[in-house]
Amino acid sequence: MINALSSGLEREVEERSGEKARLCYQCGKCSTGCLFNFAMDILPHRAMKLVQYGQKERLLASHAIWICASCVTCTARCPNDIDIARVIDTLREMALEEGIKPAEKNIPLFHRCFLGNIQATGRISEPILMGSYKTLSGDLLSDMGLAAEMLRKGKIKLIPSVVKGRRDIRRIFKETRR
Amino acid sequence: MKTYSFFPGCSQLSSAEEYGVSAHEVAEALGFHLEPLKDWNCCGASSAHMTNHLLSVALPGRDLALARAVGRDLVVVCAACYHNLKSARMQILKDESLAAEVEQIAGLNPRYQGRIVHLLDVVVEGVGPGKVRERVRKPLEGLRPVSYYGCLMARPREMMEGDDPDNPRNMDELLAALGAEVKPWSYKTDCCGGSLSLTRTDVVVRLVDRLFEAAEEAGANCMVAACPMCLANLEMRQKEGKLRFNVEYDLPVFFFTELMGLALGLAGAGEWFSRHLVDPRPLLSRAGLG
Repeated sequence: MINALSSGLEREVEERSGEKARLCYQCGKCSTGCLFNFAMDILPHRAMKLVQYGQKERLLASHAIWICASCVTCTARCPNDIDIARVIDTLREMALEEGIKPAEKNIPLFHRCFLGNIQATGRISEPILMGSYKTLSGDLLSDMGLAAEMLRKGKIKLIPSVVKGRRDIRRIFKETRR
Repeated sequence: MKTYSFFPGCSQLSSAEEYGVSAHEVAEALGFHLEPLKDWNCCGASSAHMTNHLLSVALPGRDLALARAVGRDLVVVCAACYHNLKSARMQILKDESLAAEVEQIAGLNPRYQGRIVHLLDVVVEGVGPGKVRERVRKPLEGLRPVSYYGCLMARPREMMEGDDPDNPRNMDELLAALGAEVKPWSYKTDCCGGSLSLTRTDVVVRLVDRLFEAAEEAGANCMVAACPMCLANLEMRQKEGKLRFNVEYDLPVFFFTELMGLALGLAGAGEWFSRHLVDPRPLLSRAGLG
């Protein structure tokens, strides 16, 4: 696949993440140890190479950047001490900022609902999180049985716990908005 | 009595209420007190650091400031909260311009110098397995657990201070002290996929199934967790794994604090087990512990 090159990508990723992506020499330990590799379209070591090559569009539109669950195994095993998980976080952040249509629609949507819940009450409340995610994703039917079972076992509380310092929380969200 | 600040985390308000209750009771039984941090907020979990780095430091930054004002060491029981609080603290103490930025955003001083420690490590490294063994009233004979730490307590490597991030053993030592026959296995710190549980259930079911199959192969009849996210995910997705891969296993998952409560003979222990999605009571009664 031929794509427009972004010659400044490596530098941009390095500046934002504080990680030296240029040190990657393609040993592949990150990809071998990645528990999510079977579901990725671009393996972690190839993503690092694409950062060096300036393949911004391919990376930011990939499934892989969203499939990564940040278990940090790659980082722990990298012989060059690159925090690969942090590089992936940076790519996700860039994809959102640049308004790239995510290959995994529901994953960033879930994050938005999760953070929206914190912004509103300061803590996660399952009914708020699940309600907003299920409504916005349109995935209403899956896990209904599970939700009923959790409700029955008292694992879902209907009344949310709210932080008193909501002004602090609102300010944190306002000041960190990009 | 030694008192710690305690960071409960959101799941203890709902899905993992039994974890928080058992943590408090076990602490009191062993002679220390967990004082919940007043007005704590969510650490941001995966969603903050995956989408907005500054937010992922500022949210736990407010909690660090609250802990700093109290001035005690901070005990955490959720691996995700532990990871986020500790990671935020490392970044804040290392980078003064970031610290100043967080201070301005949170309106409080986040430069918390105290220790952030997982309850498991307080029990094993602070109290010690020998002291725990002396308190056991009902040895957990008949339970053959594997220890499951999940990914976030051990990675990056500096997350784990007193234990080995490649092969942590604190939980093994604790469970052995409680009288259980701990089984060795190689999956202690493999990720369960928790953060994708709702969005890519198909991927997560595969990871969870792999863990349960490995546990069974190791000869275990239960798993023990130190993270409410792991436990919820393992319990929620066990049935789907069995259906999808056509395998048979029936492995309850306990919080280590629940098994401590059971072995120490704490009065409340019986009630905790009824809240699990994979009912552990048949196993406990087969083992003569019910």
